[in-house]
Amino acid sequence: MKSKRGSSLFPPELVKTAFKESFVKLKPRVMARNPVMFTVYIGTIIMLFVCLWIAAGEKSQGSLVYNTVIFLVLFATLLFANFAEAIAEARGKAQADSLRKTREDTPAKKILFYEHGENPQVTTVSSSELRKGDLFVCEAGDLIPMDGEIIEGLATIDESAITGESAPVIRESGGDKSSVTGGTKILSDRIVVKVTTDPGESFLDKMIALVEGASRQKTPNEIALTILLACFTLIFLIVCVTLKPFGDYANTPIPIAAFVSLYVCLIPTTIGGLLSAIGIAGMDRALRANVITKSGKAVETAGDLDTLLLDKTGTITIGNRKATHFWPADQIDEKSFVDACALASLADETPEGKSIVELAGVNPNNYNTGGSKFIEFTAETRSSGIDLPSGLRIRKGAFDAIRKNVSKAGNPFPAEIEDRVKNISSNGGTPLVVSQNAHAIGVIELQDIIKPGIFERFDRLRKMGVKTVMVTGDNPLTAKYIAEKAGVDDFIAEAKPEDKMNYIKKEQQGGKLVAMMGDGTNDAPALAQADVGVAMNSGTQAAKEAGNMVDLDNDPTKLIEIVEIGKQLLMTRGTLTTFSIANDVAKYFAIVPALFIASIPALQALNIMGLKSPQSAILSAVIFNAIIIPILIPLALRGVAYKPIGASALLRRNMLIYGLGGIIAPFAGIKLIDMLLGLFM
Amino acid sequence: MSTEWMGIIASFLITIIIAYPLGRYIAKVFAGEKTILDFLSPLENRILRFCGIDYKKGMNWKEFLKAMLTVNLVWFVYAFFVLLGQGHLPLNPDKNPGMSPDLSFNTAISFMVNCNLQDYSGETGATYLSQLFVFTFLQFLSAATGIACLVALFNGLKEKTTNNLGNFWAILTKTVTRILLPLCIVIAVLLAFNGTPTSFDGKDTITTLQGDTVQVSRGPAAGMIAIKHLGTNGGGWFGANSAHPFENPNYFTNMLEIIVQVLIPVAMIFALGFYIKRRKLSWMIFAIMTLGLFCLLVPTLVTEVYGNPLITKMGIAQPTGAMEGKEVRFGPAASAYWSIVTTIISTGSVNSMHDSFMPVSGLMQMLGMLVNAFYGGCGVGLLNYYIYIIITVFIAGLMVGRTPEFLGHKVEAREVKIAALVTLLSAFIIKGGTALAAYYFVYHNNIDWAVKPSAWLNNPGYHGFSEMFYQYISSNANNGSGYAGLTANNPFWNITTGFAMILGRFLPIIGPVAIAGLLANKKYIPESAGTLQVDSMTFEVTTFAVIVIITALSYFPPLVLGPIAEYFSMH
Repeated sequence: MKSKRGSSLFPPELVKTAFKESFVKLKPRVMARNPVMFTVYIGTIIMLFVCLWIAAGEKSQGSLVYNTVIFLVLFATLLFANFAEAIAEARGKAQADSLRKTREDTPAKKILFYEHGENPQVTTVSSSELRKGDLFVCEAGDLIPMDGEIIEGLATIDESAITGESAPVIRESGGDKSSVTGGTKILSDRIVVKVTTDPGESFLDKMIALVEGASRQKTPNEIALTILLACFTLIFLIVCVTLKPFGDYANTPIPIAAFVSLYVCLIPTTIGGLLSAIGIAGMDRALRANVITKSGKAVETAGDLDTLLLDKTGTITIGNRKATHFWPADQIDEKSFVDACALASLADETPEGKSIVELAGVNPNNYNTGGSKFIEFTAETRSSGIDLPSGLRIRKGAFDAIRKNVSKAGNPFPAEIEDRVKNISSNGGTPLVVSQNAHAIGVIELQDIIKPGIFERFDRLRKMGVKTVMVTGDNPLTAKYIAEKAGVDDFIAEAKPEDKMNYIKKEQQGGKLVAMMGDGTNDAPALAQADVGVAMNSGTQAAKEAGNMVDLDNDPTKLIEIVEIGKQLLMTRGTLTTFSIANDVAKYFAIVPALFIASIPALQALNIMGLKSPQSAILSAVIFNAIIIPILIPLALRGVAYKPIGASALLRRNMLIYGLGGIIAPFAGIKLIDMLLGLFM
Repeated sequence: MSTEWMGIIASFLITIIIAYPLGRYIAKVFAGEKTILDFLSPLENRILRFCGIDYKKGMNWKEFLKAMLTVNLVWFVYAFFVLLGQGHLPLNPDKNPGMSPDLSFNTAISFMVNCNLQDYSGETGATYLSQLFVFTFLQFLSAATGIACLVALFNGLKEKTTNNLGNFWAILTKTVTRILLPLCIVIAVLLAFNGTPTSFDGKDTITTLQGDTVQVSRGPAAGMIAIKHLGTNGGGWFGANSAHPFENPNYFTNMLEIIVQVLIPVAMIFALGFYIKRRKLSWMIFAIMTLGLFCLLVPTLVTEVYGNPLITKMGIAQPTGAMEGKEVRFGPAASAYWSIVTTIISTGSVNSMHDSFMPVSGLMQMLGMLVNAFYGGCGVGLLNYYIYIIITVFIAGLMVGRTPEFLGHKVEAREVKIAALVTLLSAFIIKGGTALAAYYFVYHNNIDWAVKPSAWLNNPGYHGFSEMFYQYISSNANNGSGYAGLTANNPFWNITTGFAMILGRFLPIIGPVAIAGLLANKKYIPESAGTLQVDSMTFEVTTFAVIVIITALSYFPPLVLGPIAEYFSMH
């Protein structure tokens, strides 16, 4: 996972906060939210009373020192679990804070009375006094005080505070790039902005609230897992309670410390202690990838996605098309054709136009274009070009537009050009036909440049079971070619916004989960319909409202990362649950012989770890149970690495590492602790 | 290889060879395809119509379970009162008395729930009327109930999205007429020809070679012995069950009974594959269950054939293995095989006394019942396995980074809650019951009950603990076998095991059927490359691991105090 800010898991200042928080979280009301750890809490209190009881003179419960040590270890178990949650929260908060820092109180030029075009009357207020619907003005050099939508003007904005990207971006009223974010800086021009959120309700504020746990709701999956863990906890509660009469039958008095220790060791404290940290860390990882999620559920859903809708431009291909070849008609000399093409594109500021000049390999200054008239591209003519003073009229444009012009002038349209056009189209290119004085003289071939490495990424997605769908405005022939070359599974050609919507609905009817990325207002319905809708931060407010994630980087390939973050989240939960339960085998072998060895000496045979004494056996198990939590915190925060090797292979791998490893590791760990304890006891 | 071992291998192979086509036949019966017994359908329809049942109407899971529970309640009331008053009812040539209320309660439940825990002895405690019209009757219907509920699960798995789990009454009737009755007729005839009595006469009197007169009980037993095995019931006509020479006269009948008791549980696994068109899944489940069987069987066989180490220490050779409590007709290997088969599926019939087995074998028998899903009882075995699958699907699904799903349906909080409750319940019943018994034994052993707690156990110490533990395991698993050393016919045991049986029966049926209904109701999700294949070896081995871990963790302490402590003190 790429992390832009700070890769250390435990920066000292966060550790300090988290350490303090671990104690604050001991409040019963906070503890009660986690049923597994709450029972440990009760066990710890019981041990406290046992210690007091012994101090008051009780003889049947073993030594005071031993009981106090058990009490302290249990207390540490609680702190470790709290610390795990606290450090995850602190990291998330620190991440969010660094974003929020950008939007501390800034002066805002609030507009009192507004009329379009007029120079409005403004008064300077604090940004915190702005409310939804208010208008403000921002000029070059100002910090934008609040999230909003441009209603007038255009400006270049430095968004590096949010995205880390230093290149300035252009935002203008109307269209899909009208949204501005608080804390970003205007570099040029002046805009009028309408506030879209009340203070404390921006996406970032929501995200911070989620991380802080105030509004963090358990996701459906977390709830199901909590139920399962509660069930295991109850099973082990029954084990411990029934052990009392069983012990009586076997004439073995079992001290309270042993009961509590056995119970705490058996219940899934490892996963119970780390569960909320895992959930928070999932959102935090999303945030580190510069994605703001509106709910933990969205991250979880992302792991389940079946279908991704990706826009061709910017995601699959680099930016725009580039000219790759000049194809003059039969009687036309190549040199003069290239010249004509270059001339027609000199004034063309579009990336396509620039790439033609580039491919022609000419220096624009060599051409004398004085007195020439440049013809701009319009949707009506679908062509552009130049009228030279010499009377030469050069046009380049879509095949049918040029053909219409040519035949209108009564000139024949060369068959070889027509063939070439078809040929280029079927190879995924875009043909631009060039005409000179209404005679077709050749074709320029434009090609999409597929991003390097994108094929492998799609392959990776396919192995995860995710189907990729390319959305493009191109004709089906071109779309098909690029789809094949890039390795996407399906495509929507000549796409209109409602096509996306229909495709999503169709997939969902088949039971699939669909994600899409979008920025425009007309994407909003589809973003809302999609199970995971990622809106670009540069997109319109409507788009951001509709989606359930906002990508601050405006990077369409982000969806792929989001899927992996979602999968990691679920996997971390699953593997740590397995590990936690598998640990119990060794703990049984440590504690059960220790309980009964006095009255049933034959059970020494079960002490396969050869632990020194019953007391050190129980202590070792409890200590192992406690320290495994902090040992696993880094894993919980980073997440278990996802490998797209197919579900069965992944299961085998994780079962071996966390299942089998979970059985073996504590045998070694408990034995080691027992040996260390042997030095003192 | 000795004949003893050959006998076991042959029994196992014949079971599979018959079970596979039987599975296909069962699938056809419930899919409504053509079978050779279709001529029965006017009769079935007439019966259903006579009862005022619209047998074409589908039921959702709630309606299905309501019908199932209602009819079971009716059977219970009927059985309870017949047993109570059997002394005054006809078909009682031996003038056996009526049962006490607590025994009647226990016995009525026992047969209704397919457990057949018998706190009475057939020779003196039951009349021919009770044997035929209560016990045999319920042996058919309890088996059919289990199968019907499994068919409901099949229906839930078959359709992509459905509310309809089938009509309980129609499935129940068909199970009896198309599967249980025809097979039973064949088995009963085979048993009768080998010497099992089929007479309505009362006790016979013979004079032995020593000149003593002995009263020999008999009765129309062949039919009951057929269904007791075919329906995995296990309740015998005579007190000694299939160790009695009338119930199990020779090695042939021993093989026959051992084969037919596993027949339907294995056939149902194959039926699943044929019915929902996933034969690979069937084979995988079969492979894992068979692996479970072998894990339990091999240690038992070895231990029993090896003999008792304490006797060996005395310097006495045991060429025939550990023979205490076993029949010379069958020998230790066939008895060991039977004891494992009867505990992994929920039959509970015995051809030797489980109380006398070596501790390792006792441990294996207990584990078989605790898992209760290696083949398992008629219908309910697969239902139990389904619960383990749901838990595995959930954990394994998380481990591969996908919200868990089973055959195209998402497993969410509600299903996990039900599966968790069912798992929890067994632990609660078994350990709670044993703890209660241990408590009375230790603290109130002179309490003035019909049998004082101090007189419950024939054997003190670890084995005595095993006797109590075994009784609750067997009741909860609806197995019905017991350690004979426990004096169980008294109000404490009759009532507590009665509740254990009824809870251990119905919650593990209600749970899976409810999950099946809930899942079937959800939107169907097509498989993709990221979907965890439940019919892959990896998944099935994971299920096996989950079964082993859950069972081991839930029951480790009592197992240590019972058979494991006994084992280590013997060695």
